[in-house]
Amino acid sequence: MIRRIVAAVALPVVLIALWWLLTANSTSYFWPPLADILKVLPDTWFGERARTDIAPSIARLLIGYLCALVIGVAAGVAIGISPVLRALTEPSLEFFRAIPPPVLVPVIALFAGYTGSLSKVITIALGCLWPILLNTVEGVRGVDEVLLDTARSYRLPRHSVILPAAGPQIAAGARQALSIAVILMVISELFGASNGIGASVVQFQRSFAVPQMWTGIIVLGLLGVLLSLIFRVAEHRALAWYRGWRDAERASR
Amino acid sequence: MSVLEVAGLAKTYQRNRKPLEAIRELTFTVDAGQLVCVVGPSGAGKTTLLRCIAGLLEPTSGEVRLNGEKVTGPPRGMAVVFQEYGRSLFPWMTVRQNVERPLIEKRLSKPDRRAAVDEALSAVGLLDSHDAHPWQLSGGMQQRVAIARAIAYQPSVLVMDEPFAAVDAQTRAELEDLVRSIWQRLNVTIVFVTHDIDEAVYLGQRVLVLSNRPTVVLEDVTVDLPAERDQISTRSHARFAELRAHVYRLVQQAKKGLRETSPTL
Ligand SMILES: Nc1ncnc2c1ncn2[C@@H]1O[C@H](COP(=O)(O)OP(=O)(O)OP(=O)(O)O)[C@@H](O)[C@H]1O
Ligand SMILES: [Mg+2]
Repeated sequence: MIRRIVAAVALPVVLIALWWLLTANSTSYFWPPLADILKVLPDTWFGERARTDIAPSIARLLIGYLCALVIGVAAGVAIGISPVLRALTEPSLEFFRAIPPPVLVPVIALFAGYTGSLSKVITIALGCLWPILLNTVEGVRGVDEVLLDTARSYRLPRHSVILPAAGPQIAAGARQALSIAVILMVISELFGASNGIGASVVQFQRSFAVPQMWTGIIVLGLLGVLLSLIFRVAEHRALAWYRGWRDAERASR
Repeated sequence: MSVLEVAGLAKTYQRNRKPLEAIRELTFTVDAGQLVCVVGPSGAGKTTLLRCIAGLLEPTSGEVRLNGEKVTGPPRGMAVVFQEYGRSLFPWMTVRQNVERPLIEKRLSKPDRRAAVDEALSAVGLLDSHDAHPWQLSGGMQQRVAIARAIAYQPSVLVMDEPFAAVDAQTRAELEDLVRSIWQRLNVTIVFVTHDIDEAVYLGQRVLVLSNRPTVVLEDVTVDLPAERDQISTRSHARFAELRAHVYRLVQQAKKGLRETSPTL
């Protein structure tokens, strides 16, 4: 356990040390010393901005992500169990998935406004939808026939078996979607927003507050790491059975 | 009184757009509380027959009636133990939860469920493993979980598809006796598919011998052995040997393509 933590932390520590050393005596305007950046970080983000910028960003991200999760799983289950629906929707789904989500930002902004939260939430939800939806469809299709027959013969509701059985694949989609959500949160704010982490970074850049701009990047990085950590802990607990089952399957082969 | 009636049952699958006639015509009845074994060559359509009985598969023609009612979907009060038992257990649940899940659907109260699960698990000798997940158990133990789930459900009809195919001889003998004792205690009607002729004769009151595909009933053999069966004395009974030899010959003939017999025994 300790060795794993050391292994996970080693590279970031080295990189931060490098950054620190290489910029220590920097006089470049664009590459301020890391020490200076860290000095302004708490004041920049953990005062007023925590409420006015970090909180709205996270709120939009979570709302968009959760919408995508609910809609993606519900639609994915419906499509996954119905061959007819699958045949009808599969080609269009592939098309929508092929569209890079950032391109949606200006389009959605046109309909839902440039500066408000709505357009951001929609952008995040739409971008997150496809990996969740497609993975759910795949997961539902892959549910063991015998498991479904068992559920039917004991008259259990179908979804009570389909959801947990497709759980590992749904989680894989949800994990992909989470990193997309962070990216879209920032991009949608870069395009125009009255508040948010991304909007603040743009604002710092425009006002030549270079150390502050760098702190924005650091905060975004930390946010991404924190979210994926929370996700992993939740997944680890919910899918403990899956790891055991998979290892048992491997061992028996 | 007959609980189960299979009348003119036929099933033709479509495989790669070509019809595959699995079952030509099956007609038989099973009385309440009877234990009927079904044997037949591999690929004869035994699983197909069970799936039709269990309401999981629609026959091409003919029908299955349970207590006089036509089966159109999984009927109430029937439990199925599948051939692929390992895949029929919910891997995300513990042994206890697997056995308990259908009882929740039956709206049993919590104490009743607990009692039923404990009883079923101790009947199959798995009470100690109630907290384990199915994939932590051996094949024989998994099969016993599937059986425990079926008996805790207290079905009026229990359908089992080659349930002991993958367990060792010792466990198999124990499970056979378990099925007999459950059957006597719960007064349940059992349809038991097996490819093991000894097992069919040892367990059943009747043995239904199926022909090769497309399948018909080759012979309905009555097992006139004493009701009290015992692994050693029953299997060394002279009548057991006769019945066994008879069914064995029938299955051999079935494999060669025999489709009709005149009653001989
Ligand atoms: N879903 C299906 N689609 C097409 N053909 C099928 C299907 N299921 C079974 N069959 C075919 O129908 C025939 C009967 O199959 P079935 O599984 O009922 O036989 P079985 O008697 O249970 O065999 P075994 O003893 O090997 O379990 C076989 O030839 C099989 O290949
Ligand atoms: Mg079979």
